[in-house]
Amino acid sequence: MTRNDDKPEEPKPEEPMQQKARARNAAPGSGLTREATIKIGQQLRAMYDEVVKEGVPDRFNDLLKRLEGGEGNGEGSRS
Amino acid sequence: MSIDNETRDAILAAIPNLRAFGISLTGNVDRADDLVQETILRALKNIDSFEPGTNMPAWLFTILRNLFRSEYRKRKREVEDATGMYAESLKSQPEQATRLEFEELRTALDKLPDDQREAVILVGASGFSYEEAAAICGCAVGTIKSRVNRARNRLAELMSIEDLDDLGPDRQTRAVLTADRD
Repeated sequence: MTRNDDKPEEPKPEEPMQQKARARNAAPGSGLTREATIKIGQQLRAMYDEVVKEGVPDRFNDLLKRLEGGEGNGEGSRS
Repeated sequence: MSIDNETRDAILAAIPNLRAFGISLTGNVDRADDLVQETILRALKNIDSFEPGTNMPAWLFTILRNLFRSEYRKRKREVEDATGMYAESLKSQPEQATRLEFEELRTALDKLPDDQREAVILVGASGFSYEEAAAICGCAVGTIKSRVNRARNRLAELMSIEDLDDLGPDRQTRAVLTADRD
C-alpha cells in the first residue's frame, strides 16, 4: 500500500484549509474567472457535504464492532 | 483481530468523508459503501504498515482510491449503469432526495477522466492540499494541479457555468431573452 511519505521537493507552506481560500487560490492559469471557479467549488462541496452530513451508517458501526469481537479474519467481505 | 481504540476512532471519524469520496467516484451509494467496507478491511489487515501519528485520513483515502482504480472501474464498465440508475436509486430513498439537485454536477463528473475526477474532488471537496492529493494519487504535485485545472474547466463547460467576464453588460439582456424564449 502506498504510504504518504513521498517527500515534496521543497517545504511549501500548506494551503489554508478554509474553503474560500481554496477557491480563491485556484484561478491563476486555469482560464476560468474567479467567480466560475468559486461556483464549481461550492457545488462540489455542497454535494460532498450532503453525504458527510449523514455521518456513520449503522452498517459500519456494526462492522467495526464485529471486527473488534475478533470475528474478522481477512478481507472476505463477499459471500 | 484486535483494534485499539485510537485506530477505531480514527477510522470511524474518516468514514463520512470516505463515503463522500466513494460516492463522488462511483456515482452510486451502495457501491460506494461496499468500497468503504473493503477499505476498512484492507486498512485493518495492513495496519502495521501505518505509522502512528501520520495522516490516517490520507492513508485511508489512498487505499480507497487504489481499490476503486483496480477493481471498481472494471466492474462499472461491465455493468455500464447509466446515471439514470443513480437517479432511480435516489428516488427510492426519500431522505436522500435532496441529492437530486446535484444531478447536473453528477452527470458532468461522470464525463471526466478518472484522474481528473479524483483530483478535483480531493482538492476541491475533501479539502486535501495539492501535496496530500498528489501522495494519495501517487503522482507529482504539478500533475495534480494541472488535472484540477483541467477538471474545473471541463466542469464549467459541461455545466454551462459561463465566464462571467465574457458576458459583461450583456448578461442581463441575455437572461431576459432566454427567459422569454421558454
